[in-house]
Formats: sequence, C-alpha cells, structure tokens
Amino acid sequence: MAAPHDAPNAGELLTAVREWLERETFDGRSSSTRFHTRVAVNVLSMVEREIALGPDQAIRHRERLTQLGCADDHELARRIRDGEFEQRQDEVRALVFESICDKLAVANPSYVDDEMGEAGSVV
Amino acid sequence: MSTSQDALERNLAHVMGVEYISDLTRLTAGASRETWSFVARDQKLILQRERSGGVGRLRHEPALLRAAHGAGVPVPEVVIDGSRSDELERPFMVVRFIDGETIARRILRDGAFARARSTFVTDVADTLARLHSLPIEAVPGLDASDPLTMYEKLLRDLGQPHPAFELVIRWLREHRPPSARQSIVHGDLRLGNVLVDEGGLRAVLDWELAHVGDPMEDLGWLCVRAWRFGSQAPVAGIGSYKELFEAYEQASGVRPDADVVRWWEVFGTLRWGVICIMQMTAHMTGMTRSHELAAIGRRVCETEYDAFRLLEGRW
Repeated sequence: MAAPHDAPNAGELLTAVREWLERETFDGRSSSTRFHTRVAVNVLSMVEREIALGPDQAIRHRERLTQLGCADDHELARRIRDGEFEQRQDEVRALVFESICDKLAVANPSYVDDEMGEAGSVV
Repeated sequence: MSTSQDALERNLAHVMGVEYISDLTRLTAGASRETWSFVARDQKLILQRERSGGVGRLRHEPALLRAAHGAGVPVPEVVIDGSRSDELERPFMVVRFIDGETIARRILRDGAFARARSTFVTDVADTLARLHSLPIEAVPGLDASDPLTMYEKLLRDLGQPHPAFELVIRWLREHRPPSARQSIVHGDLRLGNVLVDEGGLRAVLDWELAHVGDPMEDLGWLCVRAWRFGSQAPVAGIGSYKELFEAYEQASGVRPDADVVRWWEVFGTLRWGVICIMQMTAHMTGMTRSHELAAIGRRVCETEYDAFRLLEGRW
C-alpha cells in the first residue's frame, strides 16, 4: 500500500497484533491485566479505524476550515472565543458537530448508537 | 517490603499509639493521593496520604468528613486527622474501613445490588440534601472560586484546540443561572466515589474536590453521561431526572430547577472533557506513562458530543 514498503501495510500489521491480543491473552490473567489488555485492543482498533477513515476525514476537515476562513483548529477556537462568528453561529455549530462525529467515528463509533432516549430531555 | 514501607509502618504505629500495625497494603495510587489499608488493635483502617508534590487537597478533608457526619451524611469515621501533621512526611488521615462495593459496573449490573439500586436515587438525594443543609462556615477555608472560570483557564493552559468547547463555554457564559444559594458541594459525587452494599448507600468517598458553590452542581454532575457507565438512565445510570428532583425536594424542601440542573450537567460534561485532556497530558508529559491515560485523550470527543446533544434546540 505505502510504497516502498512490502505487505502487510500498517493497518494490516495492527490488525494482526490486535487479533493476537484478543485471542491469546484474556484467560488466566489477573483482572488488571485483562483490563489493560482490553484497553490495548481498543487502542489498536482505534488506530485501525484512523488509518482507514483518516485520509478522507482530513480532506473534509480542511474543507470545513476553508469554509470558515481558518487555517487550523487553533485559529477556529480562538475566533469563536473572540466572538467573531456571532453572525454565523448555526453554520459554525453544524461544521463543528461534523468534526465531532468524525472524531467519534474513529475513537468510539458505538457511542452514538448506545445513546439513549433520555439524554437531552429532563423528565 | 521496601525500606520506605518499613518506615511508614513504624511511623504509622507511632501515630496510632500502638506497638505495631499489620497487613499494611497499598490499595491505589491516585493522581493526588495514596491509599493504604492496615490493621491496628484488630481493626481494619484506611490511611490516605498526599502524594509527594501533592497540592494540599487533604487539608480540609478530615474537618469536612466530621461536619458531613454530623449532618447525617454516610462517611467513613475519621480516626486520626493528620492534615496538618508531618509525622508521615505528608498530610494524611486515618479513617475506619467500611466494607462494600465501589466499582460502578458491578453496582449497576450485579444481581446482589438490585435492592441498593432501587433506593439509590433516594439515598443519594437524601445525602445531598443533608450535605447542602450544612452552613458553609462549618468547614472554613474551602475553595469558593467560580468553577466555569477555573475550567476555562485549565482548558486554555492545556493548549489543545477544542472549537466545540469554545462554543459550549460561550453558551455556559450566556445562560448562567441567576446567583443561587451557596452551600458545601461534594464536587465529585457519582458511581465510583460511593460505597454501596446489598442494603444501599453506605458511604460517600473522595471529598478532595469539595468546595463552596451552587448545590445544583452536585445534581448536574451526577447526571453526566460518563457516570452512567454505559447504562441508559440519566441519573448515575440508575434513575430518572424526575425521581432525582422529587427525592431531593422531599429531603430538602427545595425543588431543583430543571434548567439549572441542565446548565450544571452541560458544565459537568465540559469539566469531564477537560479532565480527560489533563489525564492524557499526564501521559504525554511523561508524568505517568500509560496507554490507558493516552487513550483517554480520544474520549474527549464523547464529551463534546454529549454537550452538543444536551444543547440541541437550546442554543
């Protein structure tokens, strides 16, 4: 995939390690080791998703920043803080929400599905 | 056993006024303190000691526990107040051990805690009402600074760009509840910081973030999604807002304002997000290298998502 490197590519190597961790290291270990193994598996899964989704997400993120006239998230954060987007609040919120969803798609895609009806309502 | 543990054992026996103590075992090493268990005069006890380089958070805790106990809040009994002592090198306290469960997922899912779950919201509302009824003078010296300003500054100092949090902070500033009654606030009351047995709530632990503020802060924090640990119900993964508000009104005579509690839930969500960044930073700076802390950095977007969902239709 990423010449000059031979197969497997970076993502496939990670998958191989993650699968080994899932297969081999859960039984007969202390609860702390099992917990930290589970965390390690989650981290590797996250990096696998980032390798798969990251390039397209980076392009979309660049487009969002361009639409708002910002070079990067530092500038966007600063200009929101300074109140520069008072006239474009809905637009800024919608674009920022898109980035949140992209981040979640890599970090924890089930977070959105797990959400329950009562979140956001008070009674 | 290391020499420093030997020394601790000797010094602890001296502090306790006994010939010897036994079974000294380190339980946890949190970010700001160490927790040990030991036995003296056939009684199981807990030692909490500030970590080296600690920030003095143990300073008010024994006084706080005693005041809370006086108001009927279930807390561990303070045996020795070492918050101003140097006998164990750093500030400490010794409290009586209470048996029970603190692990949130077990409390939420084990059959053994079904009864404790059924009374949890009432128990916690009653506990908070008692705490909030204390006069703030009962524990002098507690921090009374504005939490929003504090967490905004923490976020700035961390230097990571979070446009989502900037939008949330603007909303929080523009919708701040009118000035409320001030009380002693626990500051971190949630599953993980309470001790439960089959019969119900046994003790409220981890008072190091207690301060003076709006009592509704404790209610909002209890509803933050992270503290539902994957369960569905908004209050600690166990109860509904309606149950919480009714139980708190019953116990305190004060009906919580849903909008105010939501403001504190939004703030709490931001606060947890900032804490996640701080934990990730502890790994990145080399203070505590840990893949678990590193991964917490990628949980920040969960809190951004939660805050946006809470504010949908309310911006």
